[in-house]
Amino acid sequence: MLRSLLALRARVFRRSRFNFAAILLGFLLQTAFLGLRGHALGRCPITNLFEVLVFFAWSIALIYMVIGPAYRLSLMGSFTAPLVFALQSFALLAPIDLPGAVRVMPNAWLEFHASISLIAYGAFALACVAGIMYLVQERQLKTHELHSIFYQLPPLPNLFSAMLRLLWLGFALYSAGLISGFFTGEPLPWTKVMLALAVWIVYAAILFGPRLRSVAPRRVAAFCVAAFAAALSLLWSIEFVAHHA
Amino acid sequence: MKLFCVGLNHRTAPIEARERFAGHGRSVTFLREGGCAEALLLTTCNRVEVYAARERELTTNEVAAALQVDAGDIEPTNLAAFYRHEGIACAHHLFRVASGLDSMVVGETEIFGQAKRAYEQARAANEAGALLHRLFQRAFRVAKQVRSRTEITRGSVSVGSVAVELAEKIFGDLRGRKVLVLGAGETSEKTLRALASRGVSDLRVSNRTPARAEELAAELEGIAVPFGKWLEQCREIDILISSTAAEAHLLRPENLMPVLRERMDRPLFLIDIAVPRDIAPEVNELDGVYLYDIDSLQSIARETLELRRQQVAAAEAIIDEHVADFADRIERSVRDEMRAQRPETNVAGALRTSEL
Repeated sequence: MLRSLLALRARVFRRSRFNFAAILLGFLLQTAFLGLRGHALGRCPITNLFEVLVFFAWSIALIYMVIGPAYRLSLMGSFTAPLVFALQSFALLAPIDLPGAVRVMPNAWLEFHASISLIAYGAFALACVAGIMYLVQERQLKTHELHSIFYQLPPLPNLFSAMLRLLWLGFALYSAGLISGFFTGEPLPWTKVMLALAVWIVYAAILFGPRLRSVAPRRVAAFCVAAFAAALSLLWSIEFVAHHA
Repeated sequence: MKLFCVGLNHRTAPIEARERFAGHGRSVTFLREGGCAEALLLTTCNRVEVYAARERELTTNEVAAALQVDAGDIEPTNLAAFYRHEGIACAHHLFRVASGLDSMVVGETEIFGQAKRAYEQARAANEAGALLHRLFQRAFRVAKQVRSRTEITRGSVSVGSVAVELAEKIFGDLRGRKVLVLGAGETSEKTLRALASRGVSDLRVSNRTPARAEELAAELEGIAVPFGKWLEQCREIDILISSTAAEAHLLRPENLMPVLRERMDRPLFLIDIAVPRDIAPEVNELDGVYLYDIDSLQSIARETLELRRQQVAAAEAIIDEHVADFADRIERSVRDEMRAQRPETNVAGALRTSEL
């Protein structure tokens, strides 16, 4: 029943307010779903891959709700919604909601570590969205081929600063998640720690690199998109390894 | 009472005729004395139009006479330039005008403000009453809807405004940006003025002939820079407008690269208006450099105009809808008024309604 409710979420890509309302509605339904799941499980509902994906989609929507209106990035919703929708659909369609896959969550540190890391991924996802918007706009300006979207996309500096702020937010959350990971009292799987550190180093390089030597904003945006794609596949492999170990 | 509109525009009359019938301070008074309960004059550089609600028949000749600036007879050729729209056709015409469909540059929005000012003035002078009030309020609504639901006002259609639009996408806010003009010419001056109107305040001019640079700088409240130092200036500026008569490329990747290194990744917008070109096209390959020559600016302007033309049908559909609805409402309110005032003379009321 809950799943059918989730599937009903309207993701109609119309302009501005309607779009925002659709995302808000979807977000509220996601929240309700996660809340009910969490209540039933008696812990934060990120116990299997299905829940992780839903939680991840939820964090993207959350960050968008917080950031979107503040930056007035008119088109961000149209870029974000498909991403959330794709994640959500995949979570619903793929046979990954296996009750047998439920892991035991013994302590609060572990729950904090997992949830804060996922929210950090949500921020990185939106930074990636802003990065894509930047690259699209930059490409149009460079090639002189102005499509209809050119007039709707914000100016380059606005996109770039939004991307940077999202990166900082994600980086701060991710660092917190990373540090808290050491306090879980769990045995630390070597590969997982390495992968997590690698993601941290990549984002640190993107944020601090341009301070050390000159890097064109276009490259920073491209790195940001590439880093997210890499991090996403890492997240996937972390979960995969965790479940199949 | 009956709505009507009489006027001439850039399509029906040359400037000589438009300036002869441009209207004057007493025009509206003449019209009102001639039998118009309400009258409004809309004059722009492309059109002279009277919108009025009349109580008796008023010939186009009489309107032309009221608009005539100088003395003398109105020739038949002048009279032929006037168009006339009665009743609901008048509403249709105004809705098209206010939406920018009747403009020389389709989709321009200046006419909206001009119509608004004309209406406000007439309203303040008590020359526009209930009927014109409803007509113009509706026209403003229609124009706003056309603007938001179609892409008819999107983009820019002149070299100067295309440059401004691009600059705003590259830099965001243009306030505090620095611009250097190399050489001089009409297009570069227009572009410079367009940029200045959006907040670019630091203007620098450089020319092979120092006197010309001084002249233009003084005119635009900018500073003149010696021609030998223009490349150094590229370290500081954000926008370069180039239009010299040089035979070879002035700016090439080789001489721009060292400058770029000092710019710390600030974007550089290069506008090359010169023919032959001043800036080597390869410069556009450099990171953070956006080079546009006159051809690319013009083709963007042309594409925008083409896009606007494609949107005309959609705009007309919105207008038609409103015209029908407006006609309906006016008819209904006239009928209601009749019924309220003189319920016994229904026949007369119906007659007057059908007139509108």
